[in-house]
Amino acid sequence: MAEPAGTALGAYRALLGAQARSQTAYRVSFVVDLVGNVGAVVFDVLTVFVLFGVTRELGGFTLREVLVMVALSACSFATADLLVGNIERLPRYVRTGLFDAVLLRPLGALPQLLLMDLPLRKVSRSLFGLVVLVVAVGTADLDWTPGRAVLVVLAPVAGVVFFGAVFVATATVSFYWVESGELANSVTYGGRDFTSYPVTVFGGWFRAVFAYGLGFAFVSYQPALALLGRTDPLGLPAWVGWTSPGIALLAAALAAVAWRTGVRHYRSTGS
Amino acid sequence: MGSVTATVGPAPHPNVILWFRTFAAIAGSGFRRYATYRQAAVAGVVTNTVFGFLRCYLLLAVAAGAGTVAGYDPARLATFVWMGQGLLAVVLLWGWTELADRVRTGDVVGDLLRPVHPVTSYLAADLGRAGYAVLARLLPPVLVGPVFFDVYLPHRWSTAVLFPLSVVLAVVLCFGCRYLVNATAYWLHDVRGPMILWTLSSGVLAGLYFPLRFLPEGLYQALWILTPFPGLFQAPLDVLVEVDPPAVQFALVGGQACWVAVVLAGCRVVQRRAERRLVVQGG
Repeated sequence: MAEPAGTALGAYRALLGAQARSQTAYRVSFVVDLVGNVGAVVFDVLTVFVLFGVTRELGGFTLREVLVMVALSACSFATADLLVGNIERLPRYVRTGLFDAVLLRPLGALPQLLLMDLPLRKVSRSLFGLVVLVVAVGTADLDWTPGRAVLVVLAPVAGVVFFGAVFVATATVSFYWVESGELANSVTYGGRDFTSYPVTVFGGWFRAVFAYGLGFAFVSYQPALALLGRTDPLGLPAWVGWTSPGIALLAAALAAVAWRTGVRHYRSTGS
Repeated sequence: MGSVTATVGPAPHPNVILWFRTFAAIAGSGFRRYATYRQAAVAGVVTNTVFGFLRCYLLLAVAAGAGTVAGYDPARLATFVWMGQGLLAVVLLWGWTELADRVRTGDVVGDLLRPVHPVTSYLAADLGRAGYAVLARLLPPVLVGPVFFDVYLPHRWSTAVLFPLSVVLAVVLCFGCRYLVNATAYWLHDVRGPMILWTLSSGVLAGLYFPLRFLPEGLYQALWILTPFPGLFQAPLDVLVEVDPPAVQFALVGGQACWVAVVLAGCRVVQRRAERRLVVQGG
């Protein structure tokens, strides 16, 4: 206990190293996974092209403008999924009692869970999302200002934090409802699909809940408007595009509270 | 005669009634097995419904510019989406690795010792599962959709006959495809690669993300001729929303039936080869 911080860091590094070795042990399998994971983003982008093959505009936006939103969404989601996404295995850990073992160790429960199976194969998807973002922003004819240059970096980072918060917050449901199964997917993967398109595509209370109630409008739609220099058809002022880092931090704080409450509420399966 | 594998021996049942009884018993156990996961079914329904909203708004936005796209008017698109969200769990495109898991752990040997061919017994269990899914997973989104969107209600007598048939064929076809993907475990042990390929291609090529008719005509026809994917999902939905004249509806279901025959035959061949290989390995 002489240098607790150093010891903990070493332990985390050991966990990560073990993961890296075990996941790359079967090389062919790992390479197939790397390639396969890129496919998910490829199909997301292809879907947009197919939709624009039968229509000229989507929710009042052109292909180039929608591609900026898809790219912001894909890049943010893929990276958050790489870093935090495996928290969606929490229901299994709770059911099998593995979570007990995690709590017994003198390390933080959340970092342990994330490092215990950091899916290295998803690195490819995250990198490809970044490529899509660079291409989309490059072809969108942006009117560059220093503010937009900062925003184009800040927005995906904020998106990663936001989606990470969503992953953690929805996973805590399994502390209360062990067999919550796909429930979290409706907000995580649903959020990814929602943020891939302009908010104007959706309507009614559904849009109100997803875009502003849950905050998904701030992942790609509002920042994209600010980048493209377009006024919001829904009437929000232009500066709202720059609020996404703040919204992301707020979401992270709420997720942290949810996680702490969940862990405190946790009782072992007891079997 | 003189067979070296467990399942190619003489017919273990003397008559066909007994065979049907066995099949029904396995299907019934499949039904009961899935009926026990009630919380999971509720969670799945909620998720399917949320995605129903997402996809419905998206396709309606696509149609908003053009009015009618690829033969679908907005009401047909709404029916396509909501029935599709219900069918997703019935057909079960994703998430079945039972055979692959049993191959990896060696439990599959137990299946080979039974007097029922493994393809038959897994198919029976899958039909039981699909039967439960019709009640628990198909109905909720199909009932929610019309509350929020104008949907298209079919009105031809031929649809009433063809749609249920088309759904059953889609379930069997999807089972066959999943069986083939799982069976790669006999050779590869680790099925993650084939599974990822299957997950990616089945979603896009079966018509989940967008109706396949949004694609250029030639590409759509090539998909039907070269792959079983349109028969998994797009075909029953196209039959239901009556985008084609009745003759084409019959042709779609006929196409599904052909693919079912090909894929199930493929399953039996693959299973036989796999059993030979297991014998060689001494497993």
